[in-house]
Amino acid sequence: MAISLRVNGVTRSVDAEPDTPLLYVLRNDLELNGAKYGCALTQCGACTVLVNGAARRSCVTPAGSIEGNEVTTLEGLGTLDKLHPLQKAFIDEQAAQCGYCIGGMIMTAADLLKRNPQPREADVRAALADNLCRCGTHNRIIRAVLRAAQNMRGQ
Amino acid sequence: MNGPRLTRREFTAVLGGIVLSFSLAPKVVLAQNPARLPGSLETNRTLDAWLRVNADGSVTVFTGKVELGQGILTALAQIAAEELDVPLVRISMVSGDTGRTPNEGQTAGSQSIEQSGTALRMAGAEVRAILINLAAKKLGVPADLLKVNDGVILAPDGRKVAYGELAAQADLKREATAKVSPKPAAQHKIVGKSVPRIDIPGKVTGAAAFVQDLRLPGMLHGRIVRPPRYGARLESFDEATVKAMPGVIAVVRDGSFLGVVARREEQAINARLMLMEFAKWSGGPLLPDPSKLYEQLMSLRSEDRVISEKDAPLPAGADMIEATYHRPYQAHAAIAPSCALAEFKDGKLTVWTHSQGVYPLRATMAKALDMQPRDIRCIHAEGAGCYGHNGADDVAFDAAMLARAVSGRPVRLQWMRDDEFKWEPYGPAMTMKLKGAVAGGRVVDWSFDVWSQSHNMRPGDPDGINLLGSWYLAAAKRPGPARHAPQPNGGGDRNAITLYDFPRQRTTHHLIMENPVRTSALRTLGAYANVFSIESFIDELAAAAGIDPVAFRLAHIRDERERAVIEAVAKAAAWKPGESYQKGNGRRGRGIGYARYKTVATYTAVIAEVEVNRTTGIVKVPRIWAAVDAGQIINPDGLINQIEGGVIQSMSWTLHEQVRFDRNGILSEDWMNYPILTMPEAPRVETVLINRPNERALGAGEAAQGPTAAAIANAFAAATGQRIRELPLTPERVKQALASPLIGKPLIKIRYPIDAASDVVEKSL
Repeated sequence: MAISLRVNGVTRSVDAEPDTPLLYVLRNDLELNGAKYGCALTQCGACTVLVNGAARRSCVTPAGSIEGNEVTTLEGLGTLDKLHPLQKAFIDEQAAQCGYCIGGMIMTAADLLKRNPQPREADVRAALADNLCRCGTHNRIIRAVLRAAQNMRGQ
Repeated sequence: MNGPRLTRREFTAVLGGIVLSFSLAPKVVLAQNPARLPGSLETNRTLDAWLRVNADGSVTVFTGKVELGQGILTALAQIAAEELDVPLVRISMVSGDTGRTPNEGQTAGSQSIEQSGTALRMAGAEVRAILINLAAKKLGVPADLLKVNDGVILAPDGRKVAYGELAAQADLKREATAKVSPKPAAQHKIVGKSVPRIDIPGKVTGAAAFVQDLRLPGMLHGRIVRPPRYGARLESFDEATVKAMPGVIAVVRDGSFLGVVARREEQAINARLMLMEFAKWSGGPLLPDPSKLYEQLMSLRSEDRVISEKDAPLPAGADMIEATYHRPYQAHAAIAPSCALAEFKDGKLTVWTHSQGVYPLRATMAKALDMQPRDIRCIHAEGAGCYGHNGADDVAFDAAMLARAVSGRPVRLQWMRDDEFKWEPYGPAMTMKLKGAVAGGRVVDWSFDVWSQSHNMRPGDPDGINLLGSWYLAAAKRPGPARHAPQPNGGGDRNAITLYDFPRQRTTHHLIMENPVRTSALRTLGAYANVFSIESFIDELAAAAGIDPVAFRLAHIRDERERAVIEAVAKAAAWKPGESYQKGNGRRGRGIGYARYKTVATYTAVIAEVEVNRTTGIVKVPRIWAAVDAGQIINPDGLINQIEGGVIQSMSWTLHEQVRFDRNGILSEDWMNYPILTMPEAPRVETVLINRPNERALGAGEAAQGPTAAAIANAFAAATGQRIRELPLTPERVKQALASPLIGKPLIKIRYPIDAASDVVEKSL
């Protein structure tokens, strides 16, 4: 059964059941790596993408339910040649150890900065409260988000 | 930058059977009694096992160590670039591939810089000298007049030869001599710099950075069905219904090993759920009673060894105190459940794995699958941070089992979240019993006993097969036995021997030989709990002596580098002598913890500040200071990242983490029942680095965990006057401690000399 999805500005048709979690469609059909499988329970945040600009856990979002919506993954945010300010800030702060959680962190932060362009540190911590990092990169992640916010305001 | 990422192009190359040839088995004639070579050169002795200079001037570095998120490939690239005088952008890294790289065993124990880094440093210096000698001949200029700049050899008259032009003539298929001195630290331009990690740009833009991201042509998806508890037998399951489900290609059963292969990932997940629903299991031993866990573990058969002993006479009149500490089973809890890809083709097996040791995995897989090691190739691809032996190796075996059932087609298998939590080998539960006596402000007697299951049940065991799935096959394989590991590495006894200069001391390791709960290597092995207990008890002795904990430690050390880190952290935190006795309002306090990792490696001292909510029992840690001496620093920012990570992970272990179970099975199956530290809880961490450019470079990935746990526990004791000796410091334990006045006191006090007549036992000090 075909589902039509708009992902990173491009309309794509995918042959999958409508109840297929968006995560597997993004990863396996569209070959996008940004969203990661971590728990499929909405507990860790590694699978976070933007749907119409708002953070959404793709692990429990049926792909069929978001036809007609705009999905943005880490790849759609920016590329190596044209980094999004968040991606650049994560590189500048070296805000990763293993990096498996980082895509979800960046997407959740993108949602935050859209709603709140001038977050305080406490706002960043609260926004990322349900994104788990196991390596202990917490402080660098927080600094990277604050740095990105500053750079985005300066543009 | 040409990083270590596995690109699609590389897979195609692998799939196309293009395997470049290297001298893995030395093709050169080795000396009869070969000289001992430094680092991993000792076991991988030819230069081209490590380095290849390419015609385009680039350099390929081969290492048996693998990236686990610790930044090791960046650090090793720095070392190679430094010795060869090649810019980092021209270095490409190949790591952990039984078809291409040296065998360096496991990437574990914070030893990669010492083992692989040393090999690359020596090999790099030697290859540079070989290239210079070739250039000297070509240019007719004495070698010592030549200089190297960015991979180009320059003569005084301005003529130049690039490395690439010499690549074809440079014979690197020869045994390393280790006779060429590497650069002195003063000349370093790349080593010692905070070079950005080569893998981070790809990871923040969605490159295929992880084994989870690999996609092979025709790839199928697998899932595994585990029993409800350890050792249960599969009696029956509904094969017909599952086989009729959409996309299902194979249901794989061998004894009590059960898995499924499907065309699409979600189809495999659905089929797994269906299999679980109708599978019938029987048997399997009961787990220990969690309310009597430590007594039950200590009653199991153990092999006891005194690992350190000093027997100075005991002064009369010293008071001995005794206290017992516990650490529960704790999980690696990687953010990504373990994953592997496997492909069987023409009798050969290829596995893409995030194992920490591709060679030991290959050897053990060969035994488990009744294959020859030469018919198996294990290729490392990154997983999420593993922090030790998690499900990485097991899932590789599982994937091979599934791939064998659909021969010719590659299978990608990722464990589900509950597979990882319930079946990974945990860091063992441990009991530490300490006794000590102080007289005249000094420790005059010390004894330390630790009880623990094995901390090393990895693949590579000579007798057993340490792969989970193989224990459930119809022809069931057996795991290897628990084994003592020699000091200073040790296992459950890592960091058990006191670092302090005590004239009289005895350390005993009670290795529990049974495995009621599956355990293996978790970051630091026994060091985390041993240092937690030793450094907590040092504070108890300092309190008994009425001496400031920082001053008490400084009075018992003998090494200037130990002194330097303790003083540096006290200075950074503006520690005030005696501050830990100012009980204040019972809510806020600071504590220190110190250790030299493995007793011979990195020095780390940590001070933690805690805030205790006496109503909720919640302990917050707003700030942590760490001072670190890891010898020569290769990458300062990388070192800070490792220390910060170790501090925060240890804080998570110390405040939150314990595997929940009842007698029927493991109950921790997701992040709700195995919570870890969250973003709002993260402390500010300030790290002071002490660089020793002329000392051996030491690993730091495991240096901070023990000291951090002790610093937090000591800060809690300083804040409240109560001591919690059982990890983690959960709100329930905190409330219990605050409600019971005696819990914080040392349990027994005995007055020396001990004899039948004068034995005085008191309930508290």
